[in-house]
Amino acid sequence: MTTLNITRQIDARGMPCPGPLMSLIGAIREGQVGDVIEVLSSDTGSRTDIPAWLAKAGHELVEVAEEDGFTRFVVRKAR
Amino acid sequence: MPARVAVLGGGVGGTLVANLLDKALGREARVSVIDPTGMHHYQPGYLYVALGQANGRWLVRDERSLLRRDVDLIIDRAIRIHPEAGTVQLERGASVEWDYLVIATGARLMHDRIPGLVEGAFGFYSLEDAQRLREELRRFRGGRILVGIGGIPYKCPPAPVEFVFMLEEYLRKCGVRDRSSVTLLSPLNRAFTIESASKVIQPILEQRGIELTTFFNVEQVDPSAHTVTSIEGEKAEYDLLVLVPPHQGQSVVTDSDLGDPGGWLPTDRLTLQVKDRERMFAMGDGTDLPISKSGSTAHFEAPVVASRIASLVRGGAPKTNYGGRVMCFLETGNRKATALRFDYEHPPTPPKPSTIWHAAKWMFNRVYWETVPQGRIPEAPRRRRGGNR
Repeated sequence: MTTLNITRQIDARGMPCPGPLMSLIGAIREGQVGDVIEVLSSDTGSRTDIPAWLAKAGHELVEVAEEDGFTRFVVRKAR
Repeated sequence: MPARVAVLGGGVGGTLVANLLDKALGREARVSVIDPTGMHHYQPGYLYVALGQANGRWLVRDERSLLRRDVDLIIDRAIRIHPEAGTVQLERGASVEWDYLVIATGARLMHDRIPGLVEGAFGFYSLEDAQRLREELRRFRGGRILVGIGGIPYKCPPAPVEFVFMLEEYLRKCGVRDRSSVTLLSPLNRAFTIESASKVIQPILEQRGIELTTFFNVEQVDPSAHTVTSIEGEKAEYDLLVLVPPHQGQSVVTDSDLGDPGGWLPTDRLTLQVKDRERMFAMGDGTDLPISKSGSTAHFEAPVVASRIASLVRGGAPKTNYGGRVMCFLETGNRKATALRFDYEHPPTPPKPSTIWHAAKWMFNRVYWETVPQGRIPEAPRRRRGGNR
């Protein structure tokens, strides 16, 4: 479990693809550089979509953790 | 005393649900449609207007002509919903009382949310935008065309894909294809929101020489430099830019503190009731449901809402649920189309594009006015294979 200060949490559990990724993109769009965003997603596609988008967009994937029935992503807005 | 049912919005969903309720309940209910313009648009036709295949006149009809005689039409804008009082406040000062409320107000186009979009981009998500784009395409003599999406969710998800397919054909017919490139800018890592449909669409894009740029979420447009940048940090140059504007729920929803941050109504996916509001229902583009924002969705939702309200009016327990059913045509150009049929549980497995589906879409376009708003059209065929209901 990360000790980072989470700026914003997106509970996208139950949301189908591409909802979790688009919610994250929306939070990045609205956020400030350095913001730490936590995304909870039960959509299995997020496991590939979110890291792939972060790699292209140049933001940091701080942590990925498999929880009970969902995946927890912690992301830092890098630019 | 008849039950008072107010329907906000005279689009496909609002019109159909009002007619179905009036038909089902007769004198047991007084149904009113409240719409700011009193004009009904067949929005799937905008695409054809933009590409010079249709005139705008056949896309618009007087809402009154589509409603059953006993349904009232109030031409005014709803500005505030008071759920506890059971009233809707209208812009010109009147207040309408209701026992049951259906919110079918659709989505708002937010052109100004992307800097430079209004000055630098064209579109086809309103009749005016489609007509402007048609004029620009008439002047077009070749160059780089970019087609992008200003944000998810947006109405009619297949439309940008249909547009690039039909545009590519249009450029060939105009003799400027060899001097032009067409690129679809997708916000996702594939061409379409639904993965199974993307697998059918992407090979056709490749065959037709249409480029696909993935993970391109439009941030701003620079009209003087003719560039568009993405929040992923990419910049693309264009000679003609076509963008789907960002969408948001209607202001009556946000001003009444009923919506989520995007202005979408929290809606029960099965009953279509506004969450925690027993006598309020939502349908069509304005809900927060994880399903396409499209006329087809509203078309399949309307009988569910009408049936549930009719049961409540008669003191019974509503039994009909919405299963997320949607059926959309997807034009692929060259007089061919495919179809997307799906629901909450079953993703689409689109058939190979064919002239038959193209003919079916044109047939639907032609019979819409006399069938869909009145509830006369038989239900679209369900899939026999592949799991769709």
